Amino acid sequence: MAKRNDTSKETTETLNSQVAELAHSEAPSELLRELVAHLRQNRTQLREEWVVRITETRLLTAMTKEEIFAEATSVYDSYVEALETEAFEALQAYARNLSERIIPRGVETHEVVGIVLLLRDVLARSLFAKYQNDFKKLNRILDAYEPAANRIANTVAVGFVQERERVIRQQQEAIRELSTPVLQVRERLLILPIIGVIDPQRARQLTEQLLRGIRTNRAKVVVIDITGVAAMDLTVANNLVQTVEASRLLGATVIVTGLSPEIAQTLVTIGVDLGKMNTVGDLQGGIEQAERLLGYKVEKLAEPR
Amino acid sequence: MEVPILKQGAVLIATFQAALSDADLNQLRMGLVEQVVKLRSRAVIVDVTAMDVMDSFASRTLREIAHMIRLRGAETVIVGIQPEVAFAMVQLGLTLEGVATALDLEEGLAYLNEKFKTTN
Repeated sequence: MAKRNDTSKETTETLNSQVAELAHSEAPSELLRELVAHLRQNRTQLREEWVVRITETRLLTAMTKEEIFAEATSVYDSYVEALETEAFEALQAYARNLSERIIPRGVETHEVVGIVLLLRDVLARSLFAKYQNDFKKLNRILDAYEPAANRIANTVAVGFVQERERVIRQQQEAIRELSTPVLQVRERLLILPIIGVIDPQRARQLTEQLLRGIRTNRAKVVVIDITGVAAMDLTVANNLVQTVEASRLLGATVIVTGLSPEIAQTLVTIGVDLGKMNTVGDLQGGIEQAERLLGYKVEKLAEPR
Repeated sequence: MEVPILKQGAVLIATFQAALSDADLNQLRMGLVEQVVKLRSRAVIVDVTAMDVMDSFASRTLREIAHMIRLRGAETVIVGIQPEVAFAMVQLGLTLEGVATALDLEEGLAYLNEKFKTTN
């Protein structure tokens, strides 16, 4: 009997304190406002602390002290604003913008993630310091802070990676274009030497580049040399035929040279209409025929010295 | 929409504007053949530089124009097909087979000059 009384007394006490707690608790948004106000008030000091920790951890070594300070200022302000407004798209746009600036400076992913996490820690520590006497309040503040801070770290990291991927794609595109040059060797005569593996995407890009080249150079004959192509599948073979047809629509004749026995076999097996294609054994033969078509005659005047 | 047809000696030049309706194309087909008969032209150049798309109806009409004009003993050259349009056309299998083509008006006239020289 006595025991039960004790437990019920404990229960009442617990209940009372919980009610008292609820009476004191603020809405999450109010907590965030309080938090943001604190971060703004102590901006200078917290930012300074953060920069010190960045240097200690040897991050952003590619940047000068002034640059780190300038970027830290804008990152700090964006961080606090994201906490306040929860506008994460704006933050992601900011992150991509920042990445565009610092990637050419050689800043790595781990550095960007590292400094954002450091900032999160610096700010968290300052919250511990401020609310150290009110453990329950500290917990509630952290409840509001942590998910937002983690989302910020995530958003910035994703923004940075997306920017890197964009740069990589851009470079791949540039490499693809460089690796298939359209060359003018005579007036009205273009050569397109193809080397390596042709996938459907590269094949399409080749065709587009060639057609643009025909128009720009007013070419009447094009020699496409595929000596350097090891193998060809149905899609690419059809693309070659289409390239020949499209070139004709622009008034240019195509001569295909350098078909290996294997590719010739493939084309015959696939049933490509070779009647549509003008083929010559090798590049030399192809150029000679092209010159004939264009009305050139090449005469040897002297022996090479 | 009327397609302007200009006379340059024995050659008629019809310049397509962008976005010709099916009715416009039909009208043009009849109009061109009539003009070839009336003016006793030896050739027609159809300039499609301004066309940024070529569908199967337009493509078929061009081939029919060429065939009908050939029946009058005259030659047709299609000029000014843009690279993007050419690419799209061949993907759809619209190759304008049997119809002469050239890069632009200048090339088209040069082609006809050659042809007339050798046949005269």
